[in-house]
Amino acid sequence: MIISGCRKIVGGRGEGVALVTSEPINFLAMVDAKTGRLTSASHQLHNRSIVGAVLVFPCSVGSSVGAYVIHSLRAYGTAPSAIVCSKADITTASGCAIAKIPVVNLPEGTPLSTVKDASLVTVDADVGTLTAKV
Amino acid sequence: MELTGSEEDALAGKHGEALASAYRILAAIGEATEATRLVPVKWAHVSGVNYNTIGDAGVQFLEEFAKDAKVAVKTTINPMGYDIGRPEGISENFKEKQAKIVSSYEKMGVRPSFTCTPYEVFDIPESGSSVSFAESNAAVYANSLLGLMTNKESALSALASSVTGKAPLSDLRAGKTRTPTVSIKADFPLQSELDYGLLGYFAGKVVKDSCVALEGIAKPSTIEAKALCAGMGTSGSCGMFTLSETGEETISFGKKEADDMMNEVSTAEDGDIITLGSPQFGIGELQLLASLVEGKKFTKRCLIFCSRAIHNQAARSGLVGAIERSGAEFRCDSCCCLTPYVTKEKYDAVVANSVKGAYYLNNSNKVKVALKDIRTISKEYAE
Repeated sequence: MIISGCRKIVGGRGEGVALVTSEPINFLAMVDAKTGRLTSASHQLHNRSIVGAVLVFPCSVGSSVGAYVIHSLRAYGTAPSAIVCSKADITTASGCAIAKIPVVNLPEGTPLSTVKDASLVTVDADVGTLTAKV
Repeated sequence: MELTGSEEDALAGKHGEALASAYRILAAIGEATEATRLVPVKWAHVSGVNYNTIGDAGVQFLEEFAKDAKVAVKTTINPMGYDIGRPEGISENFKEKQAKIVSSYEKMGVRPSFTCTPYEVFDIPESGSSVSFAESNAAVYANSLLGLMTNKESALSALASSVTGKAPLSDLRAGKTRTPTVSIKADFPLQSELDYGLLGYFAGKVVKDSCVALEGIAKPSTIEAKALCAGMGTSGSCGMFTLSETGEETISFGKKEADDMMNEVSTAEDGDIITLGSPQFGIGELQLLASLVEGKKFTKRCLIFCSRAIHNQAARSGLVGAIERSGAEFRCDSCCCLTPYVTKEKYDAVVANSVKGAYYLNNSNKVKVALKDIRTISKEYAE
């Protein structure tokens, strides 16, 4: 499956296993940068690892310091290989610009659930495509 | 987003690595918010000062960045982790790392304000001015109550605006999204700053737009407005509220919704220590507290978080002395969110008055929280 027409937010190319959630993420409160795991018990992705994954989520919410958490993921070697949002917010975009994590928005009207959790996904932000092996 | 020739040069690294990083950030957030171009800002308020929030990777990033970065506009900064005058219980490692962060910011030329309420400390530019505020309660406050134009910036995007003096013309800053499509209607009389905090937290959760209309409430006092802005900034991406317009769709905020929000963030009945703040207390909260605890003593340890500037002002007017007679202690330059003063090793649960404070105490400090408003806390814990 190929989704074209994705909007490039941060350029680059990344491949990994899709980790898909319909819930926003507060990076400061919910992500342990040292382990790359979601620590919030009430979140759909509780205890899942984002290391090397293609993280698919609507947008981040809450603390502005989440941008540093995203940068820390790169510094600690726990970064996802790409990020896919419905509408990337400023925290995600700025953190990923510094961490050099490719980011795209799915085309408007394409639900995040189009990307199947655990499928192998390649994101090419410069071309604007997401390719999934089913 | 279109960049000018000189902006392209800076992005390409012709003016140093720090400015190149700053323009990379601005380019990314410009794409994310569908900006057309960059515009000058008059003021940047930067978050990412507390070692507990940015960690070792943040310390290193700022050290590197500060080597060749200087602020281009008035820049104020958020609270750090602790009050240097009250270092009891703070580890040597924390002090050392916190000092490195402060030194990097000072090298860049920021004002060492250590406040999350810059709107209570500094002169406000004329209405309609573009600014870049990272602290979420301050961004919501600036848009909603001061007529300033800012997006809900991140720590890194406000830093980028600080050193370039520019920010993308988009979203709330462009004015396009300052008209609400959704109204939240309070269906019961809000009684305290806590109720306003819960309303804000609810609004942030359910509204995906940049601006929300609030109905059924009177114009909030400064204390209530601060709690509302902090709650809204914590749960969502909404960066503005308006009381003078209505949306096409109305969502009710009744007792049930308030209780649901309360049950999510208030996780204990009682606590071992009281923390007041988030946002940091201003003169309004200090006056209220002083009147409530006059002639009384707190039965539990009570920490009040406020900025150094507000503390100095309150000290001159006798407010600090009046409150300290109740046994409460001040902690300047810091706030209750992610402070090393409050750890799970020291405390099982905390009594707090702030929805935002409770959210981070629960999720980041990993301590339980008994959430109560200032009046209730004074009544139950001062005698």
